[in-house]
Amino acid sequence: MVFDALTFQLGYNATLVTVGAILLGVAAGVTGTFLFLRKRALVSDAIAHATLPGVGLAFIAMTALGLDGRALPGLLAGSAVSAFLGLLCVQWLVNRTRLTEDAAIGAVLSVFFSFGIVILTIIQTLPTGGQAGLEGFLLGSTAGMIFADASLIAVGGVIVVALVFVFRRPMTLLAFDPNYAETRGMRSDHIDLIMMALVLAITVVGLKIVGLIMIVALLIIPSATARLWSDRVDRVVLLAGAFGGLSAWVGAAVSASAPDLPTGPLIVLTAFALFALSMFFAPARGLISGFMRHRRFQRGVHIRQGLLSLAQGLPIYEPLTLRLLKEEGLARPDGVPTEAGRARAARAHWDEKRWEIARATPEHELAAARYDGLTRLEEVLTSDQIAEIDARIAPPEAAS
Amino acid sequence: MDAQHLKDTTVEVTEENGPLTIRGLTVFYDQKPAVFSIDATFRKGRMTAIVGPNGAGKSTLLKAALGIVKPLSGSTSVFGAPLEHMRRRIAYVPQRASVDWDFPARVSDVVGMGLYSELGLLGRFTGAHGKRVTSCLARVGMEDFADRQIGQLSGGQQQRVFLARALAQDADLYLLDEPFAGVDAATERAIIDVLKALRDEGKTVVAVHHDLTTVPDYFDDVLILNVQKVSEGSVEDAFTQDALNKAYGGRLAMAEIDPVPITA
Amino acid sequence: MTGAEFVPFSLVPMLVGVLAAIACALPGNFLVLRRQALIGDAISHVVLPGIVVAFVVTGTIATWPMLIGSAVAALVAVALIEGISRFGRIEPGAAMGVTFTAMFAGGVLLLEQSDTSGVHLDVEHALFGNLESLIWLDATGWASLIDPAALSGLPEELIRISVVALVMALLLLLFWRPLALSTFDENFASTVGLPVRAIALGLVIAAAIAAVTAFDAVGSIIVIAMFICPPAAARLMTNRLGMQVVWSVAFATVSAVVGFVLAGYGPLWFGLENAVSAAGMIGTVSGVILVLAATFGPTRK
Repeated sequence: MVFDALTFQLGYNATLVTVGAILLGVAAGVTGTFLFLRKRALVSDAIAHATLPGVGLAFIAMTALGLDGRALPGLLAGSAVSAFLGLLCVQWLVNRTRLTEDAAIGAVLSVFFSFGIVILTIIQTLPTGGQAGLEGFLLGSTAGMIFADASLIAVGGVIVVALVFVFRRPMTLLAFDPNYAETRGMRSDHIDLIMMALVLAITVVGLKIVGLIMIVALLIIPSATARLWSDRVDRVVLLAGAFGGLSAWVGAAVSASAPDLPTGPLIVLTAFALFALSMFFAPARGLISGFMRHRRFQRGVHIRQGLLSLAQGLPIYEPLTLRLLKEEGLARPDGVPTEAGRARAARAHWDEKRWEIARATPEHELAAARYDGLTRLEEVLTSDQIAEIDARIAPPEAAS
Repeated sequence: MDAQHLKDTTVEVTEENGPLTIRGLTVFYDQKPAVFSIDATFRKGRMTAIVGPNGAGKSTLLKAALGIVKPLSGSTSVFGAPLEHMRRRIAYVPQRASVDWDFPARVSDVVGMGLYSELGLLGRFTGAHGKRVTSCLARVGMEDFADRQIGQLSGGQQQRVFLARALAQDADLYLLDEPFAGVDAATERAIIDVLKALRDEGKTVVAVHHDLTTVPDYFDDVLILNVQKVSEGSVEDAFTQDALNKAYGGRLAMAEIDPVPITA
Repeated sequence: MTGAEFVPFSLVPMLVGVLAAIACALPGNFLVLRRQALIGDAISHVVLPGIVVAFVVTGTIATWPMLIGSAVAALVAVALIEGISRFGRIEPGAAMGVTFTAMFAGGVLLLEQSDTSGVHLDVEHALFGNLESLIWLDATGWASLIDPAALSGLPEELIRISVVALVMALLLLLFWRPLALSTFDENFASTVGLPVRAIALGLVIAAAIAAVTAFDAVGSIIVIAMFICPPAAARLMTNRLGMQVVWSVAFATVSAVVGFVLAGYGPLWFGLENAVSAAGMIGTVSGVILVLAATFGPTRK
C-alpha cells in the first residue's frame, strides 16, 4: 500500500493531494529558510493561527449569501484575508509600541485564534453549522476530499513553487546580507513583505492538508534540518526544499495507504524524523561529529598549552593538561617533560614565536587571521615566508 | 611569547593573595581562540587598563575571569581565594549595550540592584539603603535622575548609572568593561574621577579600554593583549611602542598616541 | 440574575477563569521581558501529546495522570528546545517551532490511533477547554459560600487552580529580586553569584506548571493569551516592574470576567440562543485590552 502511494497509484485524488503536498513542502522548505535566516521563523505561527477567524467568517458570509458555506475557494480566501490582517497587527504592534516581535507574535496568534474559536462556536449554533466541518482546518484533513479541492491544492502548490522561484534571488541576498541588499537598492522591507506574502500563500494552500496548527512545521523544520548540513546559504535553501518535499511526499503517501493515518501529523513527523537523524549524524553541525571535534580540539589545545608551559619552564596547573601530556608520553606524572616532550615543546614554542611575528606583520594579516592556537604556521605560509620569519626570530647578532 | 620578556614584566607584580590573579586562561568561541593561555596579575591599589585591538579578547578575559563565560582551561583567584568565595568583594560594570534599556525600571531601581548581595531574597530595603543609593548616584553626578526611567537616559548617563550600581556594591575590586565607550567628555571625566578616588582609597580598578591615547593619563598599570598576552606591568614599563606594535601588528599610527619612549 | 442562578452556574467558572488568567499572567510578565513570550505558546501546544500519552498508558481520563503527563510533556519540550538550540546551534524561535509542532503532531497521530471512543478526549477540548462545564452542583445561592457541605462539593479544578495561582504569587514575591536582576542584566546577576541558568529554567518550569493546571480547566488557547496579552498590555501602562505586574493581574482579571460574561450573555443580546466559547471570548477580550493599551497606554512607545 505504502509503495503504491509513494508511486502515485492510489487514485486520482490521492495523487493530486500528494503532488500538491510535495510542491507545498518544497516551497515551504525554501521560503522557511529565508524566514529562519532572518530569525523570524515564528512569524509564520502568527500568520497560521490568524487564519481561523477568516475561515469561520467566510463560512458565515457564504451561507448568508445563500452559497455553500463549505466551498474551499471561499474559505481559503477568507483565511488569507484574516492571516494578512494578523500580519498587519504584528507589524503595527512592533512599530507603534515598545513591544518586541515575539510578544507581538504571541499576542496576535492567541487573540486571533481565540476569536476564531468564538466564531466556530457561533457557527455550531447555526442551522447549517453542524456539518460545517471547519474543525478540519485545525489539524488538516484530506480524507474524502472532492476532486475540485484536490485540484485546487495541486494548482496552489504549483503557484507557490513558481513564486518562490521568481523571488529566490532577492530573498537570498536579503537573508545573507541585509546591508549589502540595501546598498544594491533593494528595499529590505519590500522583500520582507514579499517573503511574508509567500508564507501566507503557503499557509493558505497547506491549511487543508496539514492544518493551521502544524503548517509552521513545514516552514521551520526542513530549514532547521538543512542548516545542520551546511553553512552555505544556497545549499541550505536547496536542501530545505528537498527535505520539505521529501517529508510531504512520504507523509502524504503513508497517510493515503491506510485509514486513521492523518496526513498533517505524518508529514510533520516525517520532517521531524529527518531533523532528528540530522541532529545526530549531520557531519557539519551534528551532535556526534560536533562532540568528536570538540574532544579532539580540547585535547589539542590542552597539549599545546602544556607544551608551551614546558618550553618556558612554567608550572602546569591544569590537571587535564597534565593527564593528556602523560598519556601522550610527553611528560612524567610530576610534570617534568620526557625527551619526546622536550622536543615537541621546543617545536611548539618555535611555532608560537613564528606566529607572533606573523601576526605582528601587516602583510601576513590574512594568514594571521587563521591563528587558532593549533594550526602550525607552516600550514599557512610558504617556506620562503617561514624562512624570512625565522631569520627575524634569531637576529644576526645572536647567530654570530 | 618569549620567556625572557615575560620575566621582565612580571617580577614585582606577582602576589599570592592579590586582588585578581589569572592563570592559563583559555577561552574558545566556536573553535577560535578568544583568549589563549593568559597569565595575569592585577595589583592592589592600582588602576589597570586592559588594551588590545578589536577581537583581542579583552572583554572575554574579564567575563571568563568572572565566570560569566566558561573557559576551556585556566583558573582565577580573587584575593587569594576561588572566585565563588569572594564575590562580595567584586563589583562588575558590564558593557552598556549588553542590557535592554527598555526594561521597566527607574535609575534608583538599577542602582539598588547593587545591594543584592547584602539584601538577599527578602532583606528589607531600609531608609539607610535608600540613602546609599542616593549617595552613589551623587558620586557620579546623577542624583537628580533617581526617578527617571532608564530608557530615557543618554549613553553617558546610562554608563554613570552602571558605575553607581557598582559603587553600591561597596567592593574592593572593580572590573569595568569598556566604561568609556560612546560616552560624552563630561561623563568620561566624571567616571575617571570616581575611579581614581576608588584607587586612592586602596581599591583595585581594572578596566577594558580602547582609547590608547588616554592610557598614560588614566591608568597606573596596563595589560596589553591580542588573544595572547603581549605585555603586562606598569604603564612606564609595559606600554611601549614595541609592545603595541606586537599587539596591533603595526597598524597603528604611533605618533598619535604618544607612547612611553622605549628605554633600553 | 439571582444568586440561585449565578452561584451554581457562573461563579465557579468565572473564578477559575480569573485564577487561571492570573496564574499565567504572573510568570508571563518575566517571559515577555526576557523575549521568551513564545515559550508559553510552545508549552501549551505540547500539553496535548502529554494527556494523550497519559491516557494511552493508564487507559483512563483521570485528572492526575493527565496533569502529570502534560507536565512531563512540558518539561520534555523545554529540554528539547534547549538542547536543539544549544547543541544544534539553531535560534531558539526555530527550535521551539521544531519541538512543539513535532510533539503536537505526535499527539494527534496517537490520538487517532488509540481507541478513545466513549471517553471525552478530543483535540478541540484540549484547545478550547470547557470552562462552562465547571458548575457547582451543591450550591443553591450566595449562602452556599458559608455552607461547609456545599463547599465540599466545589469542583476540584477550582481548588487546584487556586493553589497554583497562590503558589505563583508566592514564588514571585520570594524570588522577585533575583528574577528582576537576572532578567535585566544576566551578566551582572551571575557576578553577584546568582544561578542565572537555574533561575531561567525555574521560570520556565513555573510557567509550565501554570500552563498545565490552567489548561486542565480552561484549555490551551487562553493559556497562551494570558501569558502574553496582559503582561504586554501592562508594559504599555507603566515603566515600573512592580506596577507592570499589578496591571497585568488587573488586565487578566478583567479579561476573564468580561470574557466570561460576554460569552454567556452576549449572544442573547444579539438574539442568538446559545453561548459562545468562554475561553475564546476571554482571549479575544485580552486582545481588545492590548489594542487599547497600544493606542492609549502612557508608556506605549
